[in-house]
Amino acid sequence: MTAQLALSQLLNGLQLGVLLFLLAAGLTLVFGIMSFVNLAHGSLYMLGAYFGAAAFAKTDSFVVGLVAAVIGAGLVGLLLDRFALTKLYERDHLDQVLATFGLILFFNELIRIIWGPSSVFMQVPAALSETIEIGGFSYPSYRLAIIGAGIAVALGLYLLIQKTRVGMLIRAGATNANMVAALGVNIKWLNTLVFALGAALAGLAGVMAGPIVSVQPGMGEPVLILTLVVIIIGGLGSIRGAFFAALIVGVVDTLGRAFMPTIMRTLLERSTADAAGPALASMLIYLFMAVVLAVKPQGLFPANVGATR
Amino acid sequence: MKLWPTTVHWGAPRTLVAVVILLLLAMLPMIAHALDSDYYVSFGTRVLIYALAAIGLNFILGFGGMVSLGHAMYVLLGAYAVAIPASHGLTSGWLQLLIAVSTTVALSAAVGAVALRTSGIAFIMITLAFAQMMFFGAVSLKDYGGDDGLTVNARSLLGALDLSNNTTLYYVSLVTVLVALYLSWRAVLSPFGLVLRSTKSNPRRATALGHPIFRYQLTAYVASAVICAVAGVLLANLTKFASPSYGAWTLSGELIVIVILGGLGTIFGPVVGAIILLVLEEALPMLIEAVLPDYKTNWMLLLGLFIFIIALVLKRGVFGSLKP
Repeated sequence: MTAQLALSQLLNGLQLGVLLFLLAAGLTLVFGIMSFVNLAHGSLYMLGAYFGAAAFAKTDSFVVGLVAAVIGAGLVGLLLDRFALTKLYERDHLDQVLATFGLILFFNELIRIIWGPSSVFMQVPAALSETIEIGGFSYPSYRLAIIGAGIAVALGLYLLIQKTRVGMLIRAGATNANMVAALGVNIKWLNTLVFALGAALAGLAGVMAGPIVSVQPGMGEPVLILTLVVIIIGGLGSIRGAFFAALIVGVVDTLGRAFMPTIMRTLLERSTADAAGPALASMLIYLFMAVVLAVKPQGLFPANVGATR
Repeated sequence: MKLWPTTVHWGAPRTLVAVVILLLLAMLPMIAHALDSDYYVSFGTRVLIYALAAIGLNFILGFGGMVSLGHAMYVLLGAYAVAIPASHGLTSGWLQLLIAVSTTVALSAAVGAVALRTSGIAFIMITLAFAQMMFFGAVSLKDYGGDDGLTVNARSLLGALDLSNNTTLYYVSLVTVLVALYLSWRAVLSPFGLVLRSTKSNPRRATALGHPIFRYQLTAYVASAVICAVAGVLLANLTKFASPSYGAWTLSGELIVIVILGGLGTIFGPVVGAIILLVLEEALPMLIEAVLPDYKTNWMLLLGLFIFIIALVLKRGVFGSLKP
């Protein structure tokens, strides 16, 4: 029983991990290339969930929802990059934090105006609504699909970045953006591409999370903070780091939430443990991050970022 | 170029604006009484408390270049240093203040020692991480309200001062702000402040000149945390309430907004920033109600845009743009 519970919680952790990776990949690339801190990345995740939910409800097709979320969030990212954020890339991190903090408030309220303050229900797609028997316990196939899709995207990203010309430019841009520009590459175009790609991935994470979390205004913030933890632990600008750190954070957070109250119960009175357990479990990953930063300020898998601004 | 005056130039725009604002703040309760509207006294107190916390943050952000996205945690600590003793019947303000200051010094020294190993973006994130830990720590205090927060039944007793009187609380807050302004002014001009400012403009050079900059930064960090904790003590007295939400990262964000809005690295900027932001938060709903009544509750949309534009165009802040 306990072993099966642990296994299913482990799968839940992996599922959270791949979602975090989808968010972290875009955020860490944007940071690596443009040295830009985008707190509004969680808003793109929220927009993806809303676009997906709306399209899904309208057409009854989850695939259409997926496409709408990815394209919609990618488009918003493209527009943001082109018309709002370019000027901020050269500024210091303080201005970037402030501006994107403003954008969070803006997007949350925009969503509230369009879709209302209460949460929007999003169904699990019919084809994936069953549970699957794995080793003596049943597990929702939708969550397995999320894990599979996340790993597929991670693989695709790896191929894109390591094996294609565009990927080579992205890697070069992350190492030394000025040099890439001097060699005649249109760095503005590259920036826009990376930003839109990151936004699309965030939108994908949003729509995939839609049926298992509540789709509501402000849903991006808790995820954003987890994502920031991921990219710091993984090493800023490093996709590989983001991948491993996302899985670690996902698993640690989920297992902590699942078992911390039980562990605490052996030490404390039951009611106190039940209340303190989840909260202390929430502290776990921040504690982990603080330890990582204290020991290795560059993160676990530091990227060779040339611009260390 | 001189960024701040070493002596006060009474004719300069900055001095005039600061003096006028301080005079208005000093008269605010009388004006409110004349208008028979006690609400503005508590609103003014809130402005002063936010200004106080922002003065604390500005000390490291504006003068030391340390971008802390976690200073709300010290406001939270100060608020709980009032609420928890009060729930046990300990309402002595001096005792609560002592608890607030001593716990804050201990915690901020530990947090600062770890966080200052990093710089730049990692410093922003690690301060955020510690603040989140405090936030969830407060949530886990089930005996003290947990998620729902803790009601403070009686305001602190400060000797002969009766804080249950709103006007008294207002003037106590005002005097605290004045003391914080004076202290940070003196500190910035002192040799200590000189080294702190040098760590902002060029930490490597400051180190090469033989200054142990870590010690300076840590001292400044602790001092700024203590100011925020005092703001927390006052806030718990004002709202008669302490809740984990006082340590929410959005409050840390708001404090940064206030500092930048007023003028990064100016002594009086945080006061101006707090007035602008809080008045705006108060006025925007009314303004929208007058034009589009259906969207009265959606004023945050405009606030978000406003903050975005401030970050984009306002490089030196409102007060910072005035001639010193």
